[in-house]
Amino acid sequence: MRHRKRTWIPGLLLISPSLILLAVFVYGLIGWTVDLSMQDRHNARPSKGFVGLDNYDKLFNHDINDRFTHSLLNLLVFTVVFIVGTIVLGLLWSLLLERGARAEGFFRTVYLFPMAVSFVASGVVWRWLMNPGQGENAGGINAIFEGLGLHFLEGPWWTDPDWGMAAMAMPAVWQLSGYVMALFLAGFRGIPDELREAAVVDGATTFQLYRRVLFPQLTPTILSALIITGHMSMKMFDLIMSVSGAQWLTEVPAVYVWQTLLTRDYAKAAAISVFLLLVVAVVVVPYLIHVNRSEKRS
Amino acid sequence: MTTQTMTAPPRSDQAPAPAPGPRRRRLPNVVRYAVLLLFVLIVLMPLYVLVVTSFKSGREIGVNGQWTLPETWTFASWEKAWLSLGPSFGRTFQLAIPVALLSSIIGAANGFVLARWRFPGADVVFTLILFGMFIPYQAVMIPLREVVLWLGVAPGIPTLIFVHTVYGIPICTLIFRNYYATVVPEELIEAGMMDGAGLLRTFRSLILPISIPGFVVTVIWQFTSAWNDYLFAIFMSNTRNGPITIALNALAGAQSPDYAASMAGALITSLPTLLVYILLGRWFIGGLMAGSVKS
Amino acid sequence: MRLSRRMAVAAVAFGTLMATVACTSTDEPGTGTGTKEVEVFTWWADGGEKAGLTGLETVFGTECKDFKFVNGAVAGGAGSNAKQVLASRLQQGTPPDTFQAHAGAELSDYINDDQIEDLSAQYGEWGLSNAFPKGLIDNLTVDGKIYSVPANIHRANVLWGNKTVLAKAGITKDATTLEGFFADLDKLKAAGVATPLALGKDWTQQMLFEALLISKLGPEKFNALWNGTGDWAGADMTAAITDYKKLLTYTNSDRDTFDWTDAEKMLMDGKAAYQLMGDWEAADLDAKGFKDYSYSVFPGNGNVFQWLADSFVLPKGAKNADGTKCWLKTVGSAAGQAEFNKKKGSIPARTDVPADGFPAYQQAAMNDWKTAVQVPSCPHGSACAQTWQGAVGSAQGKFSTDGDVAALQAALASAAAEFGPKAK
Repeated sequence: MRHRKRTWIPGLLLISPSLILLAVFVYGLIGWTVDLSMQDRHNARPSKGFVGLDNYDKLFNHDINDRFTHSLLNLLVFTVVFIVGTIVLGLLWSLLLERGARAEGFFRTVYLFPMAVSFVASGVVWRWLMNPGQGENAGGINAIFEGLGLHFLEGPWWTDPDWGMAAMAMPAVWQLSGYVMALFLAGFRGIPDELREAAVVDGATTFQLYRRVLFPQLTPTILSALIITGHMSMKMFDLIMSVSGAQWLTEVPAVYVWQTLLTRDYAKAAAISVFLLLVVAVVVVPYLIHVNRSEKRS
Repeated sequence: MTTQTMTAPPRSDQAPAPAPGPRRRRLPNVVRYAVLLLFVLIVLMPLYVLVVTSFKSGREIGVNGQWTLPETWTFASWEKAWLSLGPSFGRTFQLAIPVALLSSIIGAANGFVLARWRFPGADVVFTLILFGMFIPYQAVMIPLREVVLWLGVAPGIPTLIFVHTVYGIPICTLIFRNYYATVVPEELIEAGMMDGAGLLRTFRSLILPISIPGFVVTVIWQFTSAWNDYLFAIFMSNTRNGPITIALNALAGAQSPDYAASMAGALITSLPTLLVYILLGRWFIGGLMAGSVKS
Repeated sequence: MRLSRRMAVAAVAFGTLMATVACTSTDEPGTGTGTKEVEVFTWWADGGEKAGLTGLETVFGTECKDFKFVNGAVAGGAGSNAKQVLASRLQQGTPPDTFQAHAGAELSDYINDDQIEDLSAQYGEWGLSNAFPKGLIDNLTVDGKIYSVPANIHRANVLWGNKTVLAKAGITKDATTLEGFFADLDKLKAAGVATPLALGKDWTQQMLFEALLISKLGPEKFNALWNGTGDWAGADMTAAITDYKKLLTYTNSDRDTFDWTDAEKMLMDGKAAYQLMGDWEAADLDAKGFKDYSYSVFPGNGNVFQWLADSFVLPKGAKNADGTKCWLKTVGSAAGQAEFNKKKGSIPARTDVPADGFPAYQQAAMNDWKTAVQVPSCPHGSACAQTWQGAVGSAQGKFSTDGDVAALQAALASAAAEFGPKAK
């Protein structure tokens, strides 16, 4: 019998190609972009030198019409509506389904299917649905309201200068609520039956059961849902490009990067990207560390 | 904290054990189903518009009457859409299938090492790998174009295969690591060692045979995300050598967009992923669940 | 056994994959079979633009038998997808053999970045220096050198009208002054036309604004804005922006969702009476079978011809420079220009192309081109470089949503200071 001792060297060897690839293509390129964001390089020629944080200062303090701040505000509105929307709908659906329902599979399949569709494809139909024409020019959803006589519900959708981004988040909510529902369903089903039974024995009402027993158990699920929807929101590009195209009204940082690259301002595009990365990192890194720690504990 | 996400999903489509719970003060079933059905209508509304419009002929496509059924059903728009999307449709398979296979294989090897053949600092390395899942790809896009070209990868689909595979490593590694941590007992590895098996042989003969569920999940996930990707595609390819999302965007964003053809195009574009979703629904859901780091 | 079969499948799959990656030979045209191909990079992927390109291809086929035309058109995003692809290819050092660029200031981006070749020698060799009007040559010349061959001229400041709608409101003659135009717009409103002036998003708004600027400032002051000697912060600019704001009240409120073709449709459907658009609209209306249109220069523009031109260049590092030169020669030739422009709906940049065979509108424009006062256009690249264009476009987009006169003026002034010629 040739008993071999397990040494960790082969493991590290097997994984090392991936590590090298990620070291280069994730961390190396991020480093490259960070460096580029601190260069005086606003055209296709080589950099004219290192300028520290000047490009960031320009973005926040000297951007014409505060364009960058405006794109961040747009992103904020979008993100809040997107996250709240998916979590509310996802939770509602999962509550309606979690104790089993007739044709549960059907409902779940329908709620989830938008997830399989790309933003580019769904953008085609949502651009049509969110037609801002009203009254006799009403189209899309407005036409339904018009037909039902609910004129006051007709809206300008994404063309509203203040809340347009809330409308822009609707297709994203449509697309990902089913996903959040699935997360919650898995969360509910991960809760041991003993907990429910104990609560019932103690005479808890349905409301108390959810409030005191089940929801606290779902904290990790909610956290996952927040992280997933949140980071998707930061990257949002496809949907906006296919619904409105790149324009002031609906500009978010990811679209601003695209527009800036069109004018070959490489350093500025890099600075916007790096800022976006920082926002994501501020949320995701603590989360990853938290997950890592809690795993070690268990 | 368990990794139940990975074991639960494949079964999650089955009827759940009716949870014991208080029967008092339950929402009346009529209300519950009414709400559920109302949401079904809302969720399916965009699909209805897509299908209905795609079969209408030019004159019927106006602002008025866009919710009605076509007076005459015509396939003309489907033909037109297929004409502009056809070539990229095939290319997208050439893209999505290799990406799905490649990143799954890499992910399986990585996941196995990180779950059951750990090295010092494996946890830190795992966290560093995971971070790659969350980065906004804009933060690497500018130099990425240059590096890939410098590496000599041909433009178009080969470049996109390479890029999707590399950036798919984190999620596939995560899925397999969680999977192996749940289903592969430490004893199995020990037994292999007793037989004198090294890392590769253990992985090949003991681990891979029980990895099918993991592969199904990663393959579906990577296939879908490569198929649906627009960001990498728009930066690194074009309508002549790129995937279908680019072609659809060009069709729908042309100067005089043909709405019926755009909608037919959107349906054509979505068909493969929808098919995957319908045929492999329960694993698809498993894939979605796996997208969360933990549940 | 099962396992080994599975491994075999995996191995085959992996092998196929590597073969795909390694062997899928480039789909990029022009890099394939040798140096005989000439990849012509444009965003002319449909409509009259595509037809024009095909016309040029035909002439190229007979003039340059040694070379093969490869269509490198990139569709989508009103040219922005193409520009993005182009920028990255130039940066990577894999340029197409030739690409489309707006003549004028927009070319300066490529010149400053050292990405295109000087064609002065070819101008002499092909006799182009005398074939184009002097004003155009001056505009193309940078530090005594010429870098591109213009294929056509479009006029931007044309007001299109729906005759039936205008007649119903009792308007029989197009206004020649801004005041008269406003009066007509009021008449139309009174006659029940809710949106007398159809408008689209971003660059179409820039065009309307510039047409109004020409009326308010006159051609000299308008030109000065772009060459660095003008004043963006003055009171006459404030007055112009205020008038523009008033003009917007006559337009459709959902303009930011409209492409120029959507606005054109409003005109055709009689929902709007007027639309300001470049003269590619004539070809488009004709193609769509709409005959009931009128056209005139934008009220108050007088004999100003706001021009824009598509031109072709020789990129540095082009693989097939000889082929490119033959393409450029075709583009600059009288035969090439006639073939191209009849189909695209523009007019030849050369002044010696016979006018017969061109549709009525184009014949009139060819006449005007020889005599009119020429001014450039920023959204179409003849007046400003792409960075400047981007900043102006963003500012106009904001103005469309909030109508803040002071903010627009400040933004335009900052954009000129940051990206204009003075900044260099």
